[in-house]
Amino acid sequence: MADLRHLRQDFPILDRTVNGKRLVYLDSAATTQKPRSVIEAIDHYYRTSNANVHRGAYTLSVEATEAYENARAKVADFIGATDSDELVFTRGTTTGINFVAYGWGLNHLTEGDRIVLTGMEHHSNIVPWQLVARHTGAELAYLPINEDYEVSLDDLDTVVNSRTKIVALSGMSNVTGAFGPVAAVSAAARSVGAITVVDAAQAVPHAPLDVALLGVDFLAFSGHKMLGPTGTGGLWGRRDRLEEMEPTEGGGEMISDVGLYESTWAPIPHKFEAGTPNIAGAVGLGAAVDYLSKVGMSEVRSHERALTKYGIEQLSAVPHLTIHGPADLDNRGGVISFQLADVHPHDIATILDQEGVAVRAGHHCAKPLMRSLGVPATARASFYLYNTPEDVDALVAALHHALELFGVS
Amino acid sequence: MSLEELYREVILDHYRNPRRRDALAAPTAHAEGHNPLCGDEITIDVAVSDGTLTEIAVSGQGCSISQASASMMAEAVTGKTLEEVDTLTGQFKSMMGIGDGADPIDPERPGATLGDLEALQGVKKFPVRIKCADLGWTTLEEALSSD
Repeated sequence: MADLRHLRQDFPILDRTVNGKRLVYLDSAATTQKPRSVIEAIDHYYRTSNANVHRGAYTLSVEATEAYENARAKVADFIGATDSDELVFTRGTTTGINFVAYGWGLNHLTEGDRIVLTGMEHHSNIVPWQLVARHTGAELAYLPINEDYEVSLDDLDTVVNSRTKIVALSGMSNVTGAFGPVAAVSAAARSVGAITVVDAAQAVPHAPLDVALLGVDFLAFSGHKMLGPTGTGGLWGRRDRLEEMEPTEGGGEMISDVGLYESTWAPIPHKFEAGTPNIAGAVGLGAAVDYLSKVGMSEVRSHERALTKYGIEQLSAVPHLTIHGPADLDNRGGVISFQLADVHPHDIATILDQEGVAVRAGHHCAKPLMRSLGVPATARASFYLYNTPEDVDALVAALHHALELFGVS
Repeated sequence: MSLEELYREVILDHYRNPRRRDALAAPTAHAEGHNPLCGDEITIDVAVSDGTLTEIAVSGQGCSISQASASMMAEAVTGKTLEEVDTLTGQFKSMMGIGDGADPIDPERPGATLGDLEALQGVKKFPVRIKCADLGWTTLEEALSSD
């Protein structure tokens, strides 16, 4: 296992205890902890350079603008975008997908057109499309998941038909950890003239990713799931797609000219960034990207792959435990959803919390996927670069305690 | 607060063998409650006649606390007058620390008047789980107010 143990000292929160126990944080798929460098970058920005961006002709404002735009360049570079104008700062993945749904979908979909999703999407990659389908009369169609928890490509050519305008899929499931078949699906989309939108909330933080090679049109991700602050994120789009996309929020900073009855927009990416942006957040996200780049995303991926292997092995040895996710480590990330006997996931989470172990319980904002798994809820442990095999051991010990409390042998 | 006090045997018994699950022949009121945060679901049918809750049927799925609380509640309210049900609901909520205080309880023995339900007082020490314990009661209130 790539030993990243020394990184733990960079995360102040990992020093705290919960209920008298060492904090074992296993909910990074929900949000990640922040390294000192990110916290300090935000602090430093507010202490030294705080001003509004893109307007004041004074030193502070110039510095703030530089800090904000430097962050954009770093984040763009991190995902392989050669043109930083193609990177729109957003509040997170949800905002990014909504921007595409309303800004692109509303103007390109007509009645009878098709939007294709998969059976393993997060609500944030379902509901915006339902809303836009309702506005336009477009229909939704799904690529289901198979018994290996992977998106089935069996009917790809019939589901992605000639009426398809948009295909939107997750790069990695936040429930099962399965990777989405982005290459195959985007090729099918291209062949019928449809665009591909990737929900990369779980993908960007955990493995090397290069939008220049992916062949997709839009890709949305969240800053807080990759060591950055909450309320930050990015929407990458191919230049021509962003240019044909309408802004969904109007206001200051996004215009070229404003008349009483008509206005014209600023060039991309600014036409999508109405109002004063989250400047400090962008600076923090830039610092997060610096941190991840320094560690190396290949290192992050191999660390998590090994930890996932260990986690699956150890959890599989717990009596009455069922894992919902692919067995193939090359086709999954560090998210492990499971059931434990008849102990409800919320009870598991409460019991684990008493041992300092933080896991998620519930439907993980993926109710259609939960229905196809045949369960109302799962418990979920998810890893990041700061997790260790000892964290897995603490989880397993706490699960044994849960079995005891519930009198399961 | 230990987990042993939260997961009392009587709670696990009601979780695994929930009472009053049989559908009613002639319900007079119905309500569905769910906690969107965690997905717990409770559906309640009641039959009320002459101001008395004569029968109740509970269904649903969710954590041990939500399902056990609803099961215990079903046992406790059957055969009670609506006024008694209202008092019991107030007392239960007071025990959980979420009541309006209209039905105070003995602070020394907060569950003394609640029978089996007293086993749920441990939930109060786990604030995120209070909503689970309360779901059945809130759903019952809704059913009775729709009557």
